[in-house]
Amino acid sequence: MCHCFPLKRFQRTQGLVPTAADGNMATEFHNLQELRHSASLANKVFIQRDYSEGTTCRFQTKFPSELESRIERTLFEDTVKTLNNYYAEAEKIGGQSYLEGCLACSTAYLIFLCMETRYEKVLKKIAKYIQEQNEKIYAPRGLLITDPIERGMRVIEISIYEDRGSSGSSSGSSSVSGSTAR
Amino acid sequence: MTSCEYQQIDPQALPTPTPAPPPHHGNDRDKREEPKRPRRKWQVFPGKNRFYCDGRIMVARQSGVLPLTLGLIVITSGLFFIFDCPFLVKHLTSCIPVIGGGLFVFVVITLLQTSLTDPGILPRATPDEAADIEKQIDNTGNASYRPPPRTKEVLINQQVVKLKYCFSCKMFRPPRTSHCSLCDNCVERFDHHCPWVGNCVGKRNYRFFYTFIVSLSFLTAFIFGCVTTHLALRAQGGKGLVFALQESPGRYPFNHKRVLKFLSVFSLISPSSNVPMLSLTQPPTAVELVICFFSVWSILGLSGFHTYLVASNLTTNEDIKGSWSGKSGEGVTNPYSHKNIFINCCSVLCGPMPPSLIDRRGFLPTDESVQTAGAGIELPPLAAKSEINVEVKCLDFAVSCTG
Repeated sequence: MCHCFPLKRFQRTQGLVPTAADGNMATEFHNLQELRHSASLANKVFIQRDYSEGTTCRFQTKFPSELESRIERTLFEDTVKTLNNYYAEAEKIGGQSYLEGCLACSTAYLIFLCMETRYEKVLKKIAKYIQEQNEKIYAPRGLLITDPIERGMRVIEISIYEDRGSSGSSSGSSSVSGSTAR
Repeated sequence: MTSCEYQQIDPQALPTPTPAPPPHHGNDRDKREEPKRPRRKWQVFPGKNRFYCDGRIMVARQSGVLPLTLGLIVITSGLFFIFDCPFLVKHLTSCIPVIGGGLFVFVVITLLQTSLTDPGILPRATPDEAADIEKQIDNTGNASYRPPPRTKEVLINQQVVKLKYCFSCKMFRPPRTSHCSLCDNCVERFDHHCPWVGNCVGKRNYRFFYTFIVSLSFLTAFIFGCVTTHLALRAQGGKGLVFALQESPGRYPFNHKRVLKFLSVFSLISPSSNVPMLSLTQPPTAVELVICFFSVWSILGLSGFHTYLVASNLTTNEDIKGSWSGKSGEGVTNPYSHKNIFINCCSVLCGPMPPSLIDRRGFLPTDESVQTAGAGIELPPLAAKSEINVEVKCLDFAVSCTG
């Protein structure tokens, strides 16, 4: 795992790790400012939907060229394939979904107000999986995956962050520091 | 290093509209943000929808004739329970109000669910997404006129499907998605915008809509049958037509005798039509009869049509446009159909319930409200709009700082 990217500081800016709520606000404030400068958003890549099998939720596994220098192809493909499997599980029509549908119909669909549907349960699993992937694989490489549900299930948004280098520097433009990246 | 310097580079401070002059202390920053309550996403929803109960209930901007639909159902059922049920319970069985009551409750609940549920609205593309799509399709770079309609072709189950670009939502519409001009939203698996229900019918509420029209056809047929039975029993119970006509002579203020005489001629021609005659003596029953007679055919017809659509996994939109009927060419089949009526029905009506994508009760994150301002001043802007917004906000802040 690459530790060159300031993972903990990056995670704190993105709210992945809770910051110190109390304490010296001025000092904390100063650190956050420093972090915003040190980990700045450079680009966003959007993985589009794959409609070859119909309207079920699937994302393309084609590896985008912008990520070539940041992450291994296999890791990326694994993530997308696992997400596709989760969505397929959520949208699967089979015995359990029929039972849920018939039960819901007999109660005039009021059951949807009290019960959590299978889809929602799988969405929670997906959210947990994405957070885990972000912490273990993507954040150390300066990337961040946004849950597709926050983008209307249209795209998987991957934000690419550039490390500005040491703290306190406020350079005008972000630069790809090849030497410090690996 | 004064605290003013922090504020200059803090993007979160920029769009905060402070009625009082902003205090220049770092530790007052959270005090300044406290009076500004976090807003929910429904409050900034771009489509033409109205929200109630803090975003729990949503309706289309134009409620159409939903009050009329609800009124007709409630009034007809009310008249049925008040005027017909007592007679029928006495002469037939007490199951009748039970069945009628059950159907009525079912109809009203499914109607409300169809009207008040998110039909499957797709949230609009974020500025970054829109810019990315523009980059992919813009070759000439000519922005002086609206370019020709953009389409993208995809292959779905060996069938070529054209995806259109939605200029309002700034994205390529997924298959079977259509933009409703009344609601100004892209709706997934768009069926139609139903004025009776006052909402679009789409992926999430199609099953409610189908259940509503099927149960409504049962209800109207049931009431129609009961009303006819009621009148028939009354005719048999008395001395027939003459008794029924003489039963309550003073009920009508106008001269009804001529009307009755005219209609009695009609009754001689068709002896089985005592029912229309009798209904005149029971005005509430007459009202129910008229409403049910006209509704039952139209609702039954609609139910039949939608049953056909469900069995072939089509939407009203596709059926009307003839997308898969083979008009445009040979070998055009519906790529979404499972080729089995039972599986089609089950997947449409009993499939998993997809979640609402618009998350109307979610809170707007504080940095998302400045999303248009970009992630920072020094960053290369990802969309031209964000650059302009940042400049404006910088200017506002500079003015407020000096003032």
